[in-house]
Amino acid sequence: MTRLVHALAPFMLIALLLAAWEIACRALAVPVYFLPPPSAVAKALASDWAGLLRSAWNTLSMALVALLVASLVAQALALVVALSPILERAVRPLAVVLQVTPVVAIAPLVLIWAGLDHAGRAIVGLAAVVAFFPIFSGAVTGLKATDPDLERLFDLYGASPLQRLVRLRLPSAVPYLLEGHKVAAGLAVIGAVVAEFVAGSGGAQGLAWRILEAGNRLQTARMFAALVVLGLLGAVLHAVLEAAERVGLRWWRGR
Amino acid sequence: MIAALRGVEVHYPRGRALGPFSLLIEAGEIVALVGPSGCGKSTAMRLLAGLEAPELGDVARTPGRGETAVVFQAPTLAPWLSARANAALPLELAGVGGAAAGDRADEALARVGLSGVEAARPAQLSGGMAMRVSLARALVTEPKLLLLDEPFAALDEITRRALADDVLKLWADGRPAIVFVTHNVEEAVYMASRVVVMTRGPGRLAGEVVVEGPLPRPAGFRTTEAFRRHVEAVSRLLAEGMAA
Repeated sequence: MTRLVHALAPFMLIALLLAAWEIACRALAVPVYFLPPPSAVAKALASDWAGLLRSAWNTLSMALVALLVASLVAQALALVVALSPILERAVRPLAVVLQVTPVVAIAPLVLIWAGLDHAGRAIVGLAAVVAFFPIFSGAVTGLKATDPDLERLFDLYGASPLQRLVRLRLPSAVPYLLEGHKVAAGLAVIGAVVAEFVAGSGGAQGLAWRILEAGNRLQTARMFAALVVLGLLGAVLHAVLEAAERVGLRWWRGR
Repeated sequence: MIAALRGVEVHYPRGRALGPFSLLIEAGEIVALVGPSGCGKSTAMRLLAGLEAPELGDVARTPGRGETAVVFQAPTLAPWLSARANAALPLELAGVGGAAAGDRADEALARVGLSGVEAARPAQLSGGMAMRVSLARALVTEPKLLLLDEPFAALDEITRRALADDVLKLWADGRPAIVFVTHNVEEAVYMASRVVVMTRGPGRLAGEVVVEGPLPRPAGFRTTEAFRRHVEAVSRLLAEGMAA
């Protein structure tokens, strides 16, 4: 019984809030363009379902491509940097500047470079910039996070630099890489949505474009519907990545 | 002679960590290094292993590459490798092929009493078992010099005693020279043929006690008069070393 309550608690809270929202909207006669009641949002969801899913897929696929690009570039760079302390000193500040610069601020530039006809490329590029840092940082940390006594053991048996890299440093970095990719995937979706907003109603018809379009027409219920799908997308992605990290760690540690 | 420290001094940024200190290790003997925390015991071990060089004095070592093995305070196993792959690591680093290395690792695991857990990962082993895998990894190359840096410090008393007897039994097979660091005076007297006591840091020689009696130890050795006497002698040296 308590376990059932435990499992249902978040849903009960959501139901309660939705009910309060619905009642308040009706009782106070809030204009629909200002704040639509949940029932209106549900109606918009039901009628736009197919289009919203298509848009969600657009956003998600751009985020995933960005994640792949970021993953390849970040890991390759981390490998080079981890092997040379001088390079790390040189690269670190640039990487940090890249990380702390808001993606919105560089979006217009990237949009110009990608060409206004290729908003999709710009969005992938921007999302990749956002996803880059956690993977890079995790990989660099992981490649240096070897057990010092294991390092001594490799010294003792006269391991070559290649043996040290393949048999010690790369495997030691795995948990950090898993964590980095988990964080990066979430950021890639955020980056993609932000970039879509900046790109405006260009070629890429993702969820942000749905929100903008509905907003321009003051169809507030449809804005909410797109937001709900975006929220669900984020939650599902988070759950999948959590599970992937758990499975990865179990494989790595054998338990 | 297997290894020797002659008047060595080691300096770290925070000051002198060890020395001047001299120690001669003969083939086949078991030497215990005892001393207060921070006296430089582990530094002395790293010098004997050739992992570090002293600022002053010199280190002589006869074992070649792969003939020195170290067991650390923690098992220091690679979590992503099975017990077999962990034990085989020194061989693989020396270029021994995968299958041959695996077979010799299985043998080494059997010698430390771990047949049947070859495929287990370190996370699936108890602390005592993980320490045994670490011991198997050290023995797999059949070293001439085996260095144990407080190997049983993290284990419970019963496991430590069992492991002490096992180490002595394993020693009897190939008779490598063993140097081990411990805080435990009784453990030092039980396992070693010679107990070297160090002063508080920077460690120098406080004195030496030669422990008579057969190795491995017969049952009931801990209750003999000779054992108590040696323990007393080491404790006295330790107290003097602390005051010095």
